[in-house]
Amino acid sequence: MDLRFEPMGDHGVIITCGDALTDETFHKVVGLLQVLEQAHESWIVECIPGYINVTVLYDPMKIFYIKMVEQDDRNVYTYVVDRLQQITNQIEVFSETDGQTIAVPVCYGGMYGPDLSYVANYHGLTEQEVISIHTSASYRVHMIGFAPGFPYLGGLSEQLATPRKDVPRKQISAGSVGIAGNQTGVYPLATPGGWQLLGRTPVALFDPASDRPFLVQPGDSMQFYPITELEYQCWEAEK
Amino acid sequence: MIHVLKAGLLTTVQDLGRFGYQKDGVVACGAMDAIAHKTANWIVGNQANEATLEMTLSGPVIEFESDAVIAITGASIQPTIFGKKIDQHKPVYVRAGSILRCGYADYGCRAYLAIAGGFEVDRVMGSKSTYLRAKLGGWKGRALRKADQLPIGKETNQQLLVKQKLIHRLQSNADFSQANWSVPVWDYGINRKNITVRVTKGKQFDWFTETSRQQFTSLRYQITNESDRMGYRLQGAALQLKSDQQLLSEATSVGTIQVPSNGKPICLMKDRQTTGGYPKIAEVITADIPRIAQAKPGMFLRFHFVSLNEAEQALLNQNQREEQLQLAIRWKREER
Repeated sequence: MDLRFEPMGDHGVIITCGDALTDETFHKVVGLLQVLEQAHESWIVECIPGYINVTVLYDPMKIFYIKMVEQDDRNVYTYVVDRLQQITNQIEVFSETDGQTIAVPVCYGGMYGPDLSYVANYHGLTEQEVISIHTSASYRVHMIGFAPGFPYLGGLSEQLATPRKDVPRKQISAGSVGIAGNQTGVYPLATPGGWQLLGRTPVALFDPASDRPFLVQPGDSMQFYPITELEYQCWEAEK
Repeated sequence: MIHVLKAGLLTTVQDLGRFGYQKDGVVACGAMDAIAHKTANWIVGNQANEATLEMTLSGPVIEFESDAVIAITGASIQPTIFGKKIDQHKPVYVRAGSILRCGYADYGCRAYLAIAGGFEVDRVMGSKSTYLRAKLGGWKGRALRKADQLPIGKETNQQLLVKQKLIHRLQSNADFSQANWSVPVWDYGINRKNITVRVTKGKQFDWFTETSRQQFTSLRYQITNESDRMGYRLQGAALQLKSDQQLLSEATSVGTIQVPSNGKPICLMKDRQTTGGYPKIAEVITADIPRIAQAKPGMFLRFHFVSLNEAEQALLNQNQREEQLQLAIRWKREER
C-alpha cells in the first residue's frame, strides 16, 4: 500500500493516501481510517481524516513506557511510524464499497432558503431547476470538521458552483443547506457564515444527547430530497 | 455547592479534554495549562482528570455554601478570603460561608481552582470540559455567570482526613486555614514581556519562501488581543508562500501554527477546530503548550526550532517532573 508518513508535531503522524482528490484516494482514506480504528492500539488517541490523508494522534508518554519494556531505543516517532506501517502493510486492497447513503429532507426556498433565487439567477436557471440538480446528486462525506457533525461534501454539480456572499450573515440557523464555491453542505450549529442558502433540513446532524450523536460518518453519502414547508413544520413539531 | 457572586473575565469548567470525537468535528477542549490543572487536582487529592475552574486574567468571586478544601495554581491571581491573602499552590481549608475573591493575574494568564470532591457536572461525550462554541459540557455549556450555583462532588475518606488535619490548624475565629507545605511554582520560563517556545517543522514548512522561513525564527511575534482558547493570533512579519498553493483541509492539533492568506500566523490552542485548510509552518512542542497558555496578549513570542528527538525528550523530562510532583504531594498528604 503506497502511503506517505509525516510527523505532526511530537504527537501526530499524517498518513497521506494520494496527492489528488480521486475516487481511489477517497476509498483509501476511508479504508485506512477503519483499519486504524479496528487496530485498537492503546497509544492511538484518535484518528482524524482529511481529504487526502488521515492524521493519527498518539500518546507519546505511553510509547515511552511501551518502548521501555520492549527495550527499544528508537525515538517515539520512528516507533509509531514502524507500528503504523506494520498495521497498514496488512492491507492488500481497500474495498471500494461506499458507506451508508443517508437521505436528508430539505425545505428549499422561502424563508428557509433565502438565496435560492440568487443562485438560480446567477446561473440562468429556474429555482425548480436548481432544486432538481441539487437533489439529483449523491454527495460523498469526505471528512467532518469546522463544527460537530459538519460534513465536507464532494460532488456538487459545476452548474451550481456559486461564490460565497460578499458580506457574511451574522447568524445562520442550524440545518441550513447551502453552497460556497464548489462545495455544498449543511450547518449543524447556528453560526455566522457566508454560504448561499438554498434551504433547511429539520434533521439534526449533531445531537449530543443521542446514542448516535452524528448523522453521518466519513465515507457515507448524503442525498437531499425536497419537502414542503408544511412537512418541515410537522417534522420540527415531532422533535 | 459554590455560589458565583462575580464571574470574572472568562471562568469555565475544564478537565483534560474530550477525546475520540475529533473525526466528528468535536473539538478537544480541556485545560489550556494541563500541568497547572493537574497540580491543583493533586493538591486537593482529586484524580488528574477531575474538573477545575479555569480562570482567565481576572478571576471570579465565589461563596462557599459548605466548608471545602481548595487549591489554586497556575497564574498568580491574588486570591483573598474576606480581604485576607491566601496562598496558592497549597491546600486551603475554607469555612462555610467564606467568600473567595480572585484578582487580576499579575503573572501568567490562567489560574486553576480545584476543590476536593470535584465539580459535579455531567460528562458529555466523556468529558466535563466546557465546549463554548457548541454550548455543551461544563456548566450549562457556557462560561460561569453571576448567580450560578455549582454542585460539589463527594470527598473520599482520604480527602476527609486531610480536611480534618486542616481544621485542626484553624485559629478560633479564622475563616480559613492553610497547609504548612506548598508545591514549588512551575517554571514556565516566561517573564513579563517575552517568551520563547520550541517548535518542530510544520507539514507545509517548505511551502514558505526562504525569507519567510528566516523571519519566522529571527523575528518576534506579538500576541494580539484576538487570542483565546481557540488560538492566538500573532502580529509580526507576514509570512508568504512560494506559490499560491491551495491546501486540501486536514487535521490540526494543539500547537499547530497555521498561516492564513494574510500571512499572520495563528497558534492553535485547546478549542481549535479539528480540521483546517491553512498551511502549517510549525508545531509547538507539547512541553511548551503550558508556557503559551500562560502568555498574555501583548507579550512577544520567539520561535526556536528543535528536532523531534529534542521535543520528545523535553516532554519526557517534563512528565518525570510532574510525576515527582505528584508523588511529593501524595506523601505530604498522607503524612500523619
